[in-house]
Amino acid sequence: MTKQAANWSPYDNNGGSCVAIAGADYCVIAADTRMSTGYSILSRDYSKICKLADKSLMASSGFQADVKALQKFLAARHLTYQHQHNKQMSCPAMAQLLSNTLYYKRFFPYYSFNVLGGLDNEGKGCVYTYDAVGSYERVGYGCQGSGSTLIMPFLDNQLKSPSPLLLPAQDAVTPLSESEAVDLVKTCFASATERDIYTGDRLEIVILNADGIHRQYMELRKD
Amino acid sequence: MFRNQYDTDVTTWSPAGRLFQVEYAMEAVKQGSAAIGLRSKTHVVLGCVNKANSELSSHQKKIFKVDDHIGVAIAGLTADGRVLSRYMRSECINYGFTYESPLPVGRLVVQLADKAQVCTQRSWKRPYGVGLLVGGLDESGAHLYYNCPSGNYFEYQAFAIGSRSQAAKTYLERRFEKFMDSSRDDLVKDALLAIRETLQGESLKSSICTVAVVGAGEPFHVLDNETVQKLIDSFEIAAVDEAPAAEPDAPADQGAPADQGAPADQGAPADQRPATDEGVAPMDI
Repeated sequence: MTKQAANWSPYDNNGGSCVAIAGADYCVIAADTRMSTGYSILSRDYSKICKLADKSLMASSGFQADVKALQKFLAARHLTYQHQHNKQMSCPAMAQLLSNTLYYKRFFPYYSFNVLGGLDNEGKGCVYTYDAVGSYERVGYGCQGSGSTLIMPFLDNQLKSPSPLLLPAQDAVTPLSESEAVDLVKTCFASATERDIYTGDRLEIVILNADGIHRQYMELRKD
Repeated sequence: MFRNQYDTDVTTWSPAGRLFQVEYAMEAVKQGSAAIGLRSKTHVVLGCVNKANSELSSHQKKIFKVDDHIGVAIAGLTADGRVLSRYMRSECINYGFTYESPLPVGRLVVQLADKAQVCTQRSWKRPYGVGLLVGGLDESGAHLYYNCPSGNYFEYQAFAIGSRSQAAKTYLERRFEKFMDSSRDDLVKDALLAIRETLQGESLKSSICTVAVVGAGEPFHVLDNETVQKLIDSFEIAAVDEAPAAEPDAPADQGAPADQGAPADQGAPADQRPATDEGVAPMDI
């Protein structure tokens, strides 16, 4: 009796890339807006970034149906938290909740590759990077998705001081200014779009700082 | 009330066809401190009297935000009220998760009433000893409901429950026909005046009452102490001749100006203690 291969998969990969960079008093979270399946494009204008709390944003690539379910679940849990604690969840708290939520489905995972970005309790930027089953770590910058292999080495090179490759990282967050970080993100995606077919169309950049949340868009190559 | 042989458990009928345990539960509501609610076409205002056990303790939380569009004021066993509020919040979250739209108020009160009814038909349970004034907004407009321990619910233009609520009801009965077209601010003033009726002579200050509003474009929130005190001041001066227990006594007169000075002070430190301050609106999203 030879082992049968599945004739159907519950998962699909909708492609796309996500990046987040933490600064001294800001956090930049960015993702492209292309949603694909196989070699086809489903949408050129689909947001992968979700605001989970006042100071936490999550960018997720992977299977967008699972991503949407995960976002809804976290939003509902956040409402419960607010009822019980009379305040918004902090970014580190949300990070732990996301990890637990992902591991809860260890044996039928959310096919969601997440990057959580926000401000910690002291107002400093924080970025948390995850795998599909909840293993997470606080880092100075992170990226996930189809373009991550192209973007990550570039970030390691450009953001030398928070890079964990220095063993240990010299700085927890990048010393770059907010506008420099935004420019860096734009450069990352412009490059990734060239070689990754699943990344392109438009870049959505969200900046979180003491003044609140600001959104920016940049056009990318549409081929 | 009367002690008799048919009131031992809730599953025993009396020969006259009454469930005494349920009626005793409704008595518990009448013993709690007053809560009032009133509504117009577009807004619902809930108010309650907060009496702390002693000067040392904080006062009971009697108004709960259930969702952006629904809030509840309770009278009676506040612990039961707290538990039911948690149930209501959970129902709203689940409905929103499934249907991506706010739970209609009428559906929530039916679920609440069904939950209360269960406790009137199980020998190992007791009825909830709390009355709930549920105020909310949905597609069909602004609604105010009263849920009682018996499992009944009614929709109201305005209502008051708890101790000395009859005084507030009398005031509301005189004015309710105008409420439908009232502005939001007039509705809040009427709520404060109704609360004052239940105080029977004691002067109204923001430290002993809580007011919450929900309306079109205005998510449910509790008004902070300063706002409430300003509103009280604005009509207290105008309504000196209208005051129910006209205060000719000297001590009461001396009490009034001193009281208006004190709450302003209480407002500031109270705001710094978010856990106990009724004025800080939870979930200011």
